[in-house]
Amino acid sequence: MVSEELDTTKQNLPAEQGPVQYVNELTTLNLGPTHPATHGIFQNVLQMDGEKIVSGEQTIGYIHRAFEKIAERRPFYQITTLTDRMNYCSSPINNMGWHMTVEKLLGIDIPKRAQYIRVIMMELARIADHIICNGILGVDTGAFTGFLYIYQERENIYEIYEEICGARLTTNMGRIGGMERDLSPTAIRKINEFLKRFPAVLREFESLFNRNRIFMDRVVGVGGISAERALSYGFTGPNLRAAGVDYDVRVMNPYSSYQDFEFDIPVGQSGDTYDRFMVRNEEMWQSMRIIQQAMDNLPEGPFYADAPQYYLPPKQEVYKNMEALIYHFKIVMGEIDAPVGEVYHAVEGGNGELGFYLISDGGRAPYRLHFRRPCFIYYQAYPEMCKGLTLSDAIVIMSSMNVIAGELDG
Amino acid sequence: MFTNEQLAQHIINQFGDAVSDFDDPYDLLTFSTTREQIVALITYLRDEPALQVNFLTDITAVHYPDSPGKEYCVVYHLHSFVNNFRLRIKVFLTADDMHIPTMVPLFAGANWMERETFDYFGILFDGHPDLRRILNMEEMDYHPMRKEYPLEDATREDKIDALFGR
Repeated sequence: MVSEELDTTKQNLPAEQGPVQYVNELTTLNLGPTHPATHGIFQNVLQMDGEKIVSGEQTIGYIHRAFEKIAERRPFYQITTLTDRMNYCSSPINNMGWHMTVEKLLGIDIPKRAQYIRVIMMELARIADHIICNGILGVDTGAFTGFLYIYQERENIYEIYEEICGARLTTNMGRIGGMERDLSPTAIRKINEFLKRFPAVLREFESLFNRNRIFMDRVVGVGGISAERALSYGFTGPNLRAAGVDYDVRVMNPYSSYQDFEFDIPVGQSGDTYDRFMVRNEEMWQSMRIIQQAMDNLPEGPFYADAPQYYLPPKQEVYKNMEALIYHFKIVMGEIDAPVGEVYHAVEGGNGELGFYLISDGGRAPYRLHFRRPCFIYYQAYPEMCKGLTLSDAIVIMSSMNVIAGELDG
Repeated sequence: MFTNEQLAQHIINQFGDAVSDFDDPYDLLTFSTTREQIVALITYLRDEPALQVNFLTDITAVHYPDSPGKEYCVVYHLHSFVNNFRLRIKVFLTADDMHIPTMVPLFAGANWMERETFDYFGILFDGHPDLRRILNMEEMDYHPMRKEYPLEDATREDKIDALFGR
C-alpha cells in the first residue's frame, strides 16, 4: 500500500535524465532593420554569447536611392535636392557643400555676405544635428527629459530655416553663386533670439547629463576606439575628435570664410561614447560662438555672385528684363554647360568630412559625381567597437556614432 | 608644408617611370600609376616620415567607355593630416581585366569603399576579405554605375532629349 502511494507521487516528477549537457552555442540576434534603436533602416546580425556580443555583421542599403547615378543626368542646380536627403538632420551643410563644389568648378567668387550667411546656416545645422544625436543618446539610455527640453530648440532652428528658404527638413537652401534671398528682418530677429535663448537650454541639458551617475555608468568606457584605429577606419568629425585627433575640415582646409572666425576644436581622449557625447556638446558651444561672430560682423553687400549664367535671377527681374528671362529659361531648362574639370571639395558635415568628387566633361550634368559620406565610412567599425560588450552597450554606441540612414546608403 | 611641385618631385624620385600624368586641377595633386605599383606607392606615402599620408579619404571609380584600354579608372583620395596636403591617385584598368590589389591591409576603412566600388562598377579587388555587394541587392546581375546602363528607359518617346541638349 505504502509502495503504491510512492509510485503515484513519482509519476509527477520529471523523467530522470543524465547530467545536463551544456552546448557552446551562439545566439544570432537581428538588431534591425526596423528596430527602434537603429534610428533608421539598417540591419546588424549579431552573434551573441549570452549577453555578450561576439561578432557582428551589417547589412545596409535598405534606402539606397542611387543618387550618384541620378546625378549623372541632372543639371547641376537640381542636384541640391539629392544632397538634402543624405544627412537629413543637417541638410543645409550638404546643400552648401554642393554649391561650393560647383562654384569651385566654375571659378566663381562668392561675396562675403553670402559666405557669412552660409556659415550661420551651416552652424545652425550643426547644432540641430548634434541636438538630435545627443538628445537621442539620452533617450536610448532612458533619460527622456533632456531630449524633450532641448528638442524645442531644434524646432526653433527649423523655423529659422523656414524663414531663410521656406522649407524645414529637406531645405534645398542657397543657390549656385550665393543665397536665394537675403536675411530678412524676421530671420535676423529669430537668429538673435535663438542666440540669446539657447545657452540657458544647453546648460540645462548639460546639467541633466554631464555628471549624471546613471548616464555615466552607461556610457563611460563603452565603445572606445583608439586614435590609430579610428584613422585607419577613416573616421572623421566628432567621432574622430573624440578619439583625440584634432582634424576639422573647417580649420585644415577653410572654406566659406571659416578662417575669419575664432573657435576651438574640442577633442576627447578615449574615443568612448561619453567622449563623443561631450565633444558634440562642446561643438554646439563653439558653433554658437561662430554664429555670434558672424552676426556681429555680417558684411554689407550683395548676397549672390555676379555670375548671371549660373545664378538664377531674381523673379522680379525675370518679368521685366530680357537677359534675366533668357538666363532664367536656360538655367531652369538645364542648358547651361559647365567647364571641363575635376574637383574634390570637402566640408565639415554634422558627422565629419563630407566630400564631393565631381568630374565634369563640359556638359549640362556631371560626368561622374561621388559623395564621400562620413557615416558610410565610419559605420564599418561598429562590430569592432561592440565586440565583447553587451547588447545595451551596442545600442548606445550606435546612437552616439550618429549613423544617419540617408547618408549611409546614399 | 609642401608645394605640389615638391611633392610631385619627391614621388618621381622614388618611383620614376611607375608614376605619370602629373597635374594639379584646382590645386589638388593628381597622378596615375599602375596596379602593380599602387600598393607599394600608398605604403610608401603612408610610412615615409617626411610625407605621412596617414588618411585614406576615399576610393571610387569612373567609367570611360570611349577610351579603349583605359575603360575604368580607380581613384584614390589621400590626405596627410600632419603636413596638410591631399593627393589623388588614379589607376586605369582595361574592361577585360578588372583586377586591382586591395587596400584593406593598409587602411581598414578601405573595406566598404572597395565593396561599394565593386557594387557600382564590378572592379575586382584582389585579396579583399569579403568582396560582396553592399548597397544593391545580391541578386542584381549587373553593375549599375557603368555608362551602358542609362538612367531612363531609352525607348520612351514622350521625352525627346535632343530638344534639351541632352
